[in-house]
Amino acid sequence: MNSQWEPVIGIEVHVQLATQSKIFSNAPVEFGSEPNVNANLVDVAMPGALPVLNEDAVRMALKFGLAIEAEIAERCVFDRKNYFYPDLPKGYQISQFASPIVGRGELDVHLDDGSVQSIGITRAHLEEDAGKSIHDRFAQHTGIDLNRAGTPLLEIVTEPDMRSAAQAAACFRQLHGLVRWLQICDGNLAEGSMRCDANVSVRRSGESAFGERTEIKNINSFRFVERAVNYEIDRQIDVLESGGVVVRETRQYDADRDRTYSMRSKELSDDYRYFPDPDLLPLQLTADMLEAVKESMPELPREKLARYAQEHELPPATAVRLTRDFDLASIFDKTTDLGGDAQLVANWLLGDIAASLRREDKTYAELPLTAQQLADLVKRIHDGTLSSTLAKEVFEFAWSTEDSIDAIINERGLQQVSDQDELTALVQGIVDSHPAQVAQIHAGQTKVVGFLVGQVMKQSQGKADPKQVNALLRQMLNI
Amino acid sequence: MALSQLSLDHHEKAKLSADLDSIISFIEAMNQVSTEDVEPLAHALDLTQTLRPDVAVGGIDRSAFQRIAPETSDGFYLVPKVLQQR
Repeated sequence: MNSQWEPVIGIEVHVQLATQSKIFSNAPVEFGSEPNVNANLVDVAMPGALPVLNEDAVRMALKFGLAIEAEIAERCVFDRKNYFYPDLPKGYQISQFASPIVGRGELDVHLDDGSVQSIGITRAHLEEDAGKSIHDRFAQHTGIDLNRAGTPLLEIVTEPDMRSAAQAAACFRQLHGLVRWLQICDGNLAEGSMRCDANVSVRRSGESAFGERTEIKNINSFRFVERAVNYEIDRQIDVLESGGVVVRETRQYDADRDRTYSMRSKELSDDYRYFPDPDLLPLQLTADMLEAVKESMPELPREKLARYAQEHELPPATAVRLTRDFDLASIFDKTTDLGGDAQLVANWLLGDIAASLRREDKTYAELPLTAQQLADLVKRIHDGTLSSTLAKEVFEFAWSTEDSIDAIINERGLQQVSDQDELTALVQGIVDSHPAQVAQIHAGQTKVVGFLVGQVMKQSQGKADPKQVNALLRQMLNI
Repeated sequence: MALSQLSLDHHEKAKLSADLDSIISFIEAMNQVSTEDVEPLAHALDLTQTLRPDVAVGGIDRSAFQRIAPETSDGFYLVPKVLQQR
């Protein structure tokens, strides 16, 4: 990137809230149903049908607000955002304009280089999703599926605090982790449960005024956010350097071609003719409701982070990785509560277990290993019953059975040979059967000891402790 | 008029145009009033929103809605082709 230019980025994230029913109707929220079977008279906008607000959508918005220590509006209003599109049969979207439920807050974003950036959250408001337009199925028509119409959305808007595409992607990832943590969204990007819009502008380095911005709509992966924003930064710099002007507009990212292209000129808020929806009364939050939401809050990632550093003395990078995923952190907590050594548990969860989950395309929520199994596995490594090689073998068995770790070790004879007499006999046997190598060692080629250690390990089928074997050999050979 | 699917004859158009003119002059009158110290009113009723428990009710009769739709196919509502810009 050209260092004469500084990019300025803010993002808007649409989060589908994990309610059972829609925000203003009692139709079910379900992905992948037959078209229009989840659209009732409110969702298809029958004249006279009235919206009634879903209390869980409100609670979920409050959870998010509390998690980012935001200002919460005790009283807020729903507005109509007017525009015409066939997948919005009312002709307006119910949203919040002048008084969002969640006001200004802060989000700590952990970047890949280990640094933490505090990103301002401007607001988060409740609104309804639109239906879906199917453009490619019918030759002469566009098909409309209103199943998604009325799905509760929390639209989270950040300040233009980001200065690189990587920061924007990290911020989206952090929000994704947080809403999953709070269990207010399933976080399924492939099904559109979270969609990211990025507002991008560039200005000459050192300038304080922002340049004209464009908005890239509906990006649905962390990687695509980074690529789309990078493309857009470069495009704007090219336009400006060749004497052109950036036009305020909405652009779409085409992942296949890795470029953005213009969709339409950007409407200003005046074009939407916002006004308070007369069908909905102002929402007044009661102290009881706020208190109940506060009590339902889980321990937050930043609180866990601090606790892991203090209680378990974990390195910050490890603690950050553990607190990226709610299920991962929960397993870590359960396992350490059962007495598993924190550092070993973290190593396993972030190492072998992460790799195995990736291989089987599973999440930590679907981990086949129980916390008890993991705690016992780590205990048996700690007390020397298992070498790291044997531990991996036991782990493979534990992955596919519900047997206890001790049962696996005993049934399959996987414990380390720690009996001194047995081990001495084993080493003696190898020394006796390798006179040539012993001679080499006595002639000064001490590296050959490694070969003999290998032979003992092979003979023991990996059950000997290599350190002990090494010491015994050196003792026997007087070196 | 096309969007709201209304059709008007000449007589109605003349009458409505006079109505609209008087509405606009009425709004002009409101613009004369100073509202500086007035809190914006979100609703005419001095009440607050009642919330609904999050309970989904399925078994929606799609066919009842689709019978009265201008055109449907395979469960979709059909509308004139929406132009895609690509």
